[in-house]
Amino acid sequence: MSFALIVDILIEYWPMFLRGAGKTLLVAIVGTIIGSIIGLMIGVIRTIPEPEKGIKKHLLKAVNMLIGAYIEVFRGTPMMVQAMVIYYGSAIALGVQMDILDAAFLVISINTGAYMAEIVRGGIISIDKGQYEAAEAIGMNHLQTMVNVVLPQAIRNILPATGNEFIINIKDSSVLSVIGLTELFYQSKSVSGANYKYFEVFLITSVVYLIMTISVTKILRYVERRMDGAENYDILGNQMQVETPRIVGQEQKDK
Amino acid sequence: MEQLINVRHLRKSFGTREVLKDINFSVKKGEVVCIIGSSGSGKSTLLRCINLLEKPTGGEVIYKGENILDDKHDVYEYRKHLGMVFQQFNLFNNHNVLSNCVVGQQKVLKRSKVEAEKVAMKYLQVVGMEQYVNAKPKQLSGGQKQRVAIARALSMEPDVMLFDEPTSALDPEMVGEVLKVMKELAGLGLTMLIVTHEMGFAKEVADRVVFMDQGVIAEEGKPEQIFNNPKEERTREFLKRTLTEG
Repeated sequence: MSFALIVDILIEYWPMFLRGAGKTLLVAIVGTIIGSIIGLMIGVIRTIPEPEKGIKKHLLKAVNMLIGAYIEVFRGTPMMVQAMVIYYGSAIALGVQMDILDAAFLVISINTGAYMAEIVRGGIISIDKGQYEAAEAIGMNHLQTMVNVVLPQAIRNILPATGNEFIINIKDSSVLSVIGLTELFYQSKSVSGANYKYFEVFLITSVVYLIMTISVTKILRYVERRMDGAENYDILGNQMQVETPRIVGQEQKDK
Repeated sequence: MEQLINVRHLRKSFGTREVLKDINFSVKKGEVVCIIGSSGSGKSTLLRCINLLEKPTGGEVIYKGENILDDKHDVYEYRKHLGMVFQQFNLFNNHNVLSNCVVGQQKVLKRSKVEAEKVAMKYLQVVGMEQYVNAKPKQLSGGQKQRVAIARALSMEPDVMLFDEPTSALDPEMVGEVLKVMKELAGLGLTMLIVTHEMGFAKEVADRVVFMDQGVIAEEGKPEQIFNNPKEERTREFLKRTLTEG
């Protein structure tokens, strides 16, 4: 191994690495976002207070069972196998020829969704009961309570775990190379297949993965800090920023 | 005077433990009722049963002539007319002070943002928190939080305000500022139902005092009568205990 060789490989093949990294990032981002939305929706459904009787009770039970099955199946099987079943399986059994990228989005999203559902549930459980009671006492229904009060707080609490999912998706999207997705691992295999410099090529690949995951970590930390805001409130410092509310007496004075 | 809330034969059990046993009482429009009694006497549970945060095991809660425990009755519609102030404040942590008072008006009462903010500012001024509109709950002291919580409930312009031990979680020096706001509200003719341990406050502000003991209303009457001339032995016992402690 020599440093010069690595430079040579980079000069010759950098567009392939870059395209691969781009696709990896794209699949990871789409998978994490759609997976999080799936997780949030499941979280809202699973926390609906159980109706006492009637069709609604049975309907809710059936939906919860389906959700339970979904989580078990997609957490309990490897994503690589899911990709094979969905991509090749849909072609053979259903006669549907999916686009590789669409199949990749689908697999990574529903896989992430299964994990996120549990993470969101934990986030919702962590919110103080008083927050629900206050929202209910004001007259909000379950959905309003969730959307306006509980989920925004739960999302803040699960942000670190969601960042984990994102990083896992950056790395694990490599298994989607089995269905021919030209992400970073697939591209690296192509490069090393052409020049047989496995060590140097995959050393570069490792560094590219690391750059992506470390960047994501840093960005998420920044977002968390932004969401938390200041610990103290300075009346004088904040008075200048009050734009929307008009003090009631003032309006008459202005006129 | 018009009866606003009428509680009849109300019962509530948690498992086998009966917390409320056959409660009968009513609140008239414009009346300030204080509920006193020792811990575990069922005061808070009674309050929480009235706005259905706890589902009563039996009996009736009649609001404007309708039993709201009927299956067909819309709980969410009913709760719009009741304001609730909690011991632990329970401000929405993800909203700032103004937004805490606005979100319910917008989502539940379907008021416009402009109108809701105007109403919110009005009540934030009543509680003296108008300078803190952009503050987050974690940036406020306990007393400030509770005043915002009162403004939040008032912003919904409810028919009756329920207070569940509003000063019990506060540091002693902050109790005064919250009680002062509540006195002002009583002066404005608001209907209030207050569970409290503040005997001086109850004596001064209440039109009627209800003393609860072991899940029943042991005695009720004018504050002068309850505090100076209690009929029941257990009322006397309770007052002796709390007044010597205080």
